[in-house]
Amino acid sequence: MSETPVDPDDVRHVADLARIDLDEDEVDRFTVQFADILSYFDALDDVPEVDTEADLVNVMREDEVRDGLSQEEALQNAPETEDGYFKGPSVS
Amino acid sequence: MSIDAFITETTIDGADDGPLAGHTVAVKDNISTEGVRTTCGSAMLDGYVPPYDATVVERLKAAGATIVGKTNMDEFGMGTTTETSAFGPTKNPVDESRVPGGSSGGSAAAVAAGEADFALGSDTGGSIRCPAAFCGVVGIKPTYGLVSRYGLVAYANSLEQIGPLAPTVEGAADVLEVIAGPDERDATTREAGADATYADAADGDVEGLTIGVPTELIEGADERVVETFEDTLADLEAQGADTHEVSLPSIERAVQAYYVIAMSEASSNLARFDGVRYGPATEAEGNWNETFAAVREEGFGDEVKRRVLLGTYALSAGYHDKYYAKAQDARAWLKQDFDEALAEADVLASPTMPVLPFELGESLDDPLQMYLADANTVPVNLANLPAISVPAGEADGLPVGLQLIGPAFGEREIIRAASAVEA
Repeated sequence: MSETPVDPDDVRHVADLARIDLDEDEVDRFTVQFADILSYFDALDDVPEVDTEADLVNVMREDEVRDGLSQEEALQNAPETEDGYFKGPSVS
Repeated sequence: MSIDAFITETTIDGADDGPLAGHTVAVKDNISTEGVRTTCGSAMLDGYVPPYDATVVERLKAAGATIVGKTNMDEFGMGTTTETSAFGPTKNPVDESRVPGGSSGGSAAAVAAGEADFALGSDTGGSIRCPAAFCGVVGIKPTYGLVSRYGLVAYANSLEQIGPLAPTVEGAADVLEVIAGPDERDATTREAGADATYADAADGDVEGLTIGVPTELIEGADERVVETFEDTLADLEAQGADTHEVSLPSIERAVQAYYVIAMSEASSNLARFDGVRYGPATEAEGNWNETFAAVREEGFGDEVKRRVLLGTYALSAGYHDKYYAKAQDARAWLKQDFDEALAEADVLASPTMPVLPFELGESLDDPLQMYLADANTVPVNLANLPAISVPAGEADGLPVGLQLIGPAFGEREIIRAASAVEA
């Protein structure tokens, strides 16, 4: 038995957090699949804690101005632009 | 084109001279090519044309290679069969009723079918090695930090590397030599590999080489695969290598840890696909969040939705410690086990895939079964190590791959050992 029961409302909630609309068929299918997959993940419960020592250092460079994409290039893939800006839907 | 290896066919000429002059290379469609559309196998990027080249593409061109197309792949690299592509599946050139493996299935199929001399793929949890094994070609997943990922569309940054596929070990090593080395545009690249040579390591000399065989990666594999694997090991022993069994208990948790980490990183990375800067135009009405959710419903396929949602779940309040934190512990545990095993052996060997290539359509309905097929490849990404898949023969007329895993930046060791498998 899974320690992690999943119901359709859990799937709808997480889809809302992730900003992905789902139709009812997808909700039903994902509910079953997520229960399967999450109960498989339960095996992580018995993993021991392990001390890790990172052998890495930050990579730094001088903050110098250099060429980047032009405004035109940056906008070339946008479905909608206006006056040299990306155009998105209203925020609220 | 009957096997559908390419999403876009094109000709991008390289420099007149260079180590790859006169050679053709196919490039996975999640690697940016200036002026040539780069879809990641997704409807979300159907019309996306990058304004710049990935570093590896610049290096291929400077080395004289001609790029002949962008290859099919599982959507955003999420899959083991290339069937999650929004552009339809690629067929395995060895047996067209079978999948080529994934996610770099188009790259492996193009090389196996002779439609390109070499190819680039990307490997987050086996996406170069799996299709190399299924199509009977060579594939290298380099050490994390050896090859620049600037211009690779991100799926799970802490795991993925770009690497070569080729008909021979030496060919794969030639391409690796061109693409390896530090890049100021990818701060995770390391100095190692700056002047390294790889092709000269493919000398077939395994006299005195010690090979550890993790028992956990043999148990549960298809008998026909194990038989082919053991024949190949015996052949390496006959050439002077010593083999011994090793045990890495942490490997039993690698698939779980891999999927939790990869899905979590994917949920963050794929938040950029909001339909504003790129993505399909939408008729959806409403505010930002409503429009965003509608574009993503339309643009993403099932497997991508599944991973983004499960990753969001694993990182959400109340579940982070249970899933994400434990997966990071498992990753550290696995690194420790690999360090110990590689202290006693020069390289580790296993079957690349525990199964023979699936029939087309066989694995689509059960995502968990598909994830389990990655058992032998994902540990390597979690441990940041290099690995190569080299053809080890056939079982029932289908290719079997042998995986060799080396210490960090030990590409020369695995290339040498793999070249002896070819001999």
